[in-house]
Amino acid sequence: MITKEDVDHVALLGRLELTEGERELYTRQLNDILGHFQALERLNTENVQPTAHVLPLKNVYREDWVGQHLSRDDVLSNSPEPEENCFKVPKIV
Amino acid sequence: MLQLFRLTAHELHDLLVKKEISAEELNLAVFDRVEAVDDKVKAYVTMTKERALEQARSVDRQIQNAEKISPLAGIPVAIKDNMCTDGVKTTACSKMLANFVPPYSATVVKRLDGAGATMVGKTNLDEFAMGSSTENSAFFVTHNPWDTQRVPGGSSGGSAAAVAAGEAICSLGSDTGGSIRLPASFCGVVGLKPTYGAVSRYGLIAFASSLDQIGPFSKDVTDCATMLNVISGHDPFDSTSAKYNVPDYTGFLKNDVRGLKFGVPQEYMAEGINPVVREVIEKALAQLEALGAHVEYTTLPHTEYALSTYYLIAPAEASSNLARYDGVRYGFRADKANDVIDMFMKTRSEAFGSEVKRRIMLGTYALSAGYYDAYYLKALKVRTLIKQDFDRAFEKYDLLVSPVCPTTAFRIGEKTDDPLEMYLSDVCTISTNLAGIPGMSIPCGFAQGLPVGLQLMGRHFDEGTLLRTAYTFEQNTDHHKALPKL
Repeated sequence: MITKEDVDHVALLGRLELTEGERELYTRQLNDILGHFQALERLNTENVQPTAHVLPLKNVYREDWVGQHLSRDDVLSNSPEPEENCFKVPKIV
Repeated sequence: MLQLFRLTAHELHDLLVKKEISAEELNLAVFDRVEAVDDKVKAYVTMTKERALEQARSVDRQIQNAEKISPLAGIPVAIKDNMCTDGVKTTACSKMLANFVPPYSATVVKRLDGAGATMVGKTNLDEFAMGSSTENSAFFVTHNPWDTQRVPGGSSGGSAAAVAAGEAICSLGSDTGGSIRLPASFCGVVGLKPTYGAVSRYGLIAFASSLDQIGPFSKDVTDCATMLNVISGHDPFDSTSAKYNVPDYTGFLKNDVRGLKFGVPQEYMAEGINPVVREVIEKALAQLEALGAHVEYTTLPHTEYALSTYYLIAPAEASSNLARYDGVRYGFRADKANDVIDMFMKTRSEAFGSEVKRRIMLGTYALSAGYYDAYYLKALKVRTLIKQDFDRAFEKYDLLVSPVCPTTAFRIGEKTDDPLEMYLSDVCTISTNLAGIPGMSIPCGFAQGLPVGLQLMGRHFDEGTLLRTAYTFEQNTDHHKALPKL
């Protein structure tokens, strides 16, 4: 059973600020959806390895060479508030 | 009069090479068609007419100079608006990226450019590709060309509807749990989700990175193979892109399925399937048998767990992928924030839509301390069991064949209040993403006037057998020739 307090905690972890309406809606819907998903508990997976990824890939390495890169202007072109070649943000501490 | 927008890429290529039409003329015809019908369909969020005409004129110069042109040269193609296009707005149909202009193109876009394909525009999708109906777009709903009161399917609804309505000759979509195959089925076009790793994801706005794959929509199987030839292959910019020998996919277009063994997973034909859809699918299966294939029922025993597994893994990956939208480097930023954390919270709360927030919540919960083992890790283990079901089936069968969806296109608004009901639209398509295998939807008939798609699922990197079977079916039926009245 997921409570409104659980929903508040998860919203904070996900950096979301919920309205009272959303808080109620997501509490109800997460309970519905995760309730449905409890069917997975019926399966015994004690000796099953997890699959995070289907390709037999390990770390992918390449030579350390300098390639083409975006210009600083291009990189900053979508920034909401660029300043002196930096991304400006509100106060941190 | 010959209506150019009704033709396939290979038919148009022949006309271009014979100089019976010019690429500019062809592109203008498609833009006229968009002008005529897109008010009703609403497939596009951004048009790129000037760019397309410039590309077309360059192809025309090549033809005039008697240069050999590629099969897609001058062909108008639409791009789902979650693939980056250099200098052209790419929004993922989210308020978060409503003004985002990427400084680079996705690898698939570069490859299409290189092949001379022209870009008609960017197509509508469910916000960040999360949805099965295109109703979750932050901008507007796309309508199904076969019945404009109905959804086109999703999330690549704009790309599927554009091809069905003649507003593009081919298009690109992305498929995380059925987002190419479902709209292909609902709109009556060919759609292919390639093997995971076959097509580069570089420049695709990430939803669930272990499941996402880009693939083509087209009017017939030949065009599907031609598109696949251009977009597939290893890319050093995508570390999950596979190194493999890319065949010429058009080489598989043979009108012959004799001797092939097809399994029909009984779980996909179970009671949830709409009887009119079942009837069309059974008829298609009988046709495949009459063409010389061996068709029999089989089982994928963990199918009933696939939906839960998918809707834990995909949101978990999404919650992590979407953490980057914090208002700092690009995208929307809320004003009037007290400090940086407040800015993150306000930015994300104001700019993400309801389904995206729901999935962030679901995924964050599944990954959070105390629940990780019970939900996320459990889902990864069940994913192994689902993959093993397929491994076992492919020891015996060349392909698995099933419906794409238990229903035909549903009405706009019919499922928007109940997320679980909406998630069930993906019940036949999600397992292929979990297993990483290729899946395809081909038109196989109509139920009450609405298209039905037949799903073909194959072994890893065996797109060839899918194409061969799809081509054989197409050569012996005429469902793909039907056109919606708009």
